[in-house]
Amino acid sequence: MGLTLPPAESGEVAAVSPNWVTTRLDALVNWGRANSLWPMPFGTACCAIEFMATAAGRFDISRFGMERMSFSPRQADVLICAGRLPFKLAPIIRRVWDQMPQPKWAISMGACASTGGIFDTYAMVQGIDTIIPVDVYVPGCPPRPEGLMYGIMLLQKKIKGESIADPTLRQEFLVDERGFFAPPEKVDEISEPFGNSVHQTRSA
Amino acid sequence: MTAESMLVPGVEALRAAFGGAVLRQTVSCGDSIVTVDRDRAHEVLAWLKETPGQEFDYLTDITAVDYRDPERALEVVYQLRSLGRRVDLRIKVPLDKSQPLEVDSVWDLWKGADWLEREVYDLFGVVFKGHPDLRRILMWETYAEGHPLRKDFPLRGNFSRAEQTRQALAANPEAHYSMEELSIADAFDELPDDMKRRLAQGERGEIR
Repeated sequence: MGLTLPPAESGEVAAVSPNWVTTRLDALVNWGRANSLWPMPFGTACCAIEFMATAAGRFDISRFGMERMSFSPRQADVLICAGRLPFKLAPIIRRVWDQMPQPKWAISMGACASTGGIFDTYAMVQGIDTIIPVDVYVPGCPPRPEGLMYGIMLLQKKIKGESIADPTLRQEFLVDERGFFAPPEKVDEISEPFGNSVHQTRSA
Repeated sequence: MTAESMLVPGVEALRAAFGGAVLRQTVSCGDSIVTVDRDRAHEVLAWLKETPGQEFDYLTDITAVDYRDPERALEVVYQLRSLGRRVDLRIKVPLDKSQPLEVDSVWDLWKGADWLEREVYDLFGVVFKGHPDLRRILMWETYAEGHPLRKDFPLRGNFSRAEQTRQALAANPEAHYSMEELSIADAFDELPDDMKRRLAQGERGEIR
């Protein structure tokens, strides 16, 4: 899922091959989608305060067509996880994500949502990409509103590059029968300690 | 002015009433701290609540301390306040490492001890005998890794990140609610007959 079309797999014909009609239609649909994103705010910590500042008058998220906060996931387009995510909330954000209809995107706002941040502990998910697929990561602790707006603009750019000819875009990534969204070895790998945490042993 | 004379008035009466059950008494940073034997802790706390002149009618907090000490296991700490006398008193109850981590619940004295004792049970594993509903309160009820605030609990938990993630994704969010917190629809069968009838008719009463 990038700005360019993935190569078609050998032996398979794409559902719709790109032509003049589909590319014009893509441009129109993507223009509409990118400029009327309805966010599902999933604010759990201080990032949510910066998110509120982004939504308020000074920074004014409605310039991007996003002022309609969707507190029901069923009417939302983009999930913004603003803040740290404890394991106790993991099944809830997963259910919220599953309830959102396609097309849908996710923004991981801040260090904790993206990597676990300073909370390398027993209670915290080490990056929400072990739970749900994420489109844009916004760094910062917490990010300033300008940072979140830059993330939103990156997401808009990504949406404007999508095509209905790409059947992989609207794929649902469900939790598999083993109970994993990401492979377990990948979860362990990206949850490795970093920074000062390296000096803490598991038995300490 | 000696440290002894800064003790909260009433501690001497406590020592006189219970003698050997009062192990130590100190003043630290202006706070009176009394260490009490585990087996008579409930008796002492009841006496402190109900005796005229003591009247510690408000239980501020219950917590515990793990000293990572081979001799001492855990200490349960009760922070009491007398609203009328405007004094505070801290009661410490050391637990023995050779015996199970148990102490009598004070839920029968202060109803507010309910969730405080559940928290200490959840995070330290101290069992409060006589508690009406001793379940985990912060960690989810199926949490199997242990008691996180113990010093021998590894910071990142006992399971691998993948296993923690798998268990978290397998959890049922509704399972975190107790029976009282579920909707009235689930309790319909236990309601009195007249209330069932009114609910079945859809009667909601008149708003005046």
